[in-house]
Amino acid sequence: MSKDILVGDHFLSGDVAAAEGAIAAGCRFFAGYPITPSSEVAERMARRLPEVGGIFIQMEDELGSMAALLGASWGGKKAMTATSGPGFSLMMENYGLGMMTETPAVIVDVQRGGPSTGLPTLLGQGDVMQARWGSHGPYQAIALTPESPQECFNLTIRAFNLAEKYRQPVVVLMDESLGHLFERVTIPPREEIEITDRKILKDKNRDIYEADEDLIPPMPPVGEGFGIHVTGLTHDERGYPSINAETQERMIRRINDKISKHAPEIIDYEEFMTDDADVIVVAYGITARSARRAVIMAREKGIKAGLFRFKVIWPFPSERLEELSDREFVVAEVNNGQALVEVERAIRKRAIFVGKMGGEPHRPEEILKGIEEALK
Amino acid sequence: MSRVELQIGGFGGQGVILAGLVISRALSLYDKKEAVFTQAYGPEARGGASSSGVVIDDERVDYPYPMSPDILVIMSQEAFTTYFPKMKEGGTLIIEKDLVKLDKVPDNVGEFHSIPATKIAEELGNRIVANIVMVGFITKVTGIVRKESAKKSVLEMVPAKVRELNEKAFETGYNYEEG
Repeated sequence: MSKDILVGDHFLSGDVAAAEGAIAAGCRFFAGYPITPSSEVAERMARRLPEVGGIFIQMEDELGSMAALLGASWGGKKAMTATSGPGFSLMMENYGLGMMTETPAVIVDVQRGGPSTGLPTLLGQGDVMQARWGSHGPYQAIALTPESPQECFNLTIRAFNLAEKYRQPVVVLMDESLGHLFERVTIPPREEIEITDRKILKDKNRDIYEADEDLIPPMPPVGEGFGIHVTGLTHDERGYPSINAETQERMIRRINDKISKHAPEIIDYEEFMTDDADVIVVAYGITARSARRAVIMAREKGIKAGLFRFKVIWPFPSERLEELSDREFVVAEVNNGQALVEVERAIRKRAIFVGKMGGEPHRPEEILKGIEEALK
Repeated sequence: MSRVELQIGGFGGQGVILAGLVISRALSLYDKKEAVFTQAYGPEARGGASSSGVVIDDERVDYPYPMSPDILVIMSQEAFTTYFPKMKEGGTLIIEKDLVKLDKVPDNVGEFHSIPATKIAEELGNRIVANIVMVGFITKVTGIVRKESAKKSVLEMVPAKVRELNEKAFETGYNYEEG
């Protein structure tokens, strides 16, 4: 059996499943700084990457980690890091550099209670808006929100595929509860795993940031004679700084449009019993599992409830939510209302908010109470 | 079988996390049940409160935490105080005989079992395997997991050099006769 794809059934934590997803996706470079509750990702990668010819490096901090990712990616590797809130905050500068330089990379953020160092060992879901807006300037984020170890595996593979295809950092937004929860993970054979690799630039006379019709420029390979310049300054198609409004409008609009125009292909969500639902609970990550139980409890009481669960939270599935906006809405998340803002914007009315500051997942009854309140 | 919840509570260092992990892994991989394992512990390496939860179902488990355990395994007096109030009416209570003192078996307990797991482990040569003695005992008295599955899971999850000791611990717990 090959060492990169451990075909078969395993009983894994969400953290370890995400690491295995990365290896299966072709990740061969990991730079990180261990932080609870994401450390098991780094631990697994430290053991696994040498087995498959990859490189693991423990960096001095998260600024360096993110910088190393971008360098490795320009060097041709699929690269990942794993962190939690405090580290994610430190990565924001180079997260933006990845957006500006159009560099594929994957950040696994296992969310814990914040702000600041907050609750190292306990749950939070407060990094949703940080993944979207944490670095300055106009860009479009891609973030995925798994709800089980199996999805940590599957969606980490998808995160790599999206990063490679759209050429930008992609975030896997996990949470402490999910990272430390064990469940069966089925790893399929290689031929059943869909892998996307970046487009490679072949023509040496072509400008390195000249995009194809899909708005994505192919990436120049290293060591093949391309003279390249990679900068965080606004640059023209050649990659050279061009500090003026015209270039900013042309280039930055393109890096935004390359995501927003492909949003329908990127967006992914699950609907559970929403067809006839009078009230829809919106949730993601571990909270979706509490919400699913709450929906079943509501149905047992004769309340027509349903669940709308993000598998991809950015780009946001506003159109589908708008279509459902004749129903009542409940939003449950472990923060003080982040996805809530986007849901209310999509449905153009208020939703009942069932928030928690962190430390523990919602008990299903807490969400059930929100469902009952929404129908009053 | 519909949803069944098992919770094991004790203090850090007793191995209650590994005990839950061994059982849930056996259920998931070898008995082909849907099983989820969750854990709760304090920041201390030893001595703090510690518990593990196993939720089993025929279909995929939604909410992964025990809400009112059908089977409650208690390995310290403090854990009894914390977790017993949440136990399901008529559920099965299993205690570490020497570490949990009860005046009488509470009325709402449906089935009661006790074992001096730590003393047995000490007699086998190392108290560290008290958790695996308990796993053997849980396997026998509850029947939630097949014996071969649980044993296989134990042997795969412990370091090679202590495999024999753990196997003995499992068998001794499994064959323990309550007096």
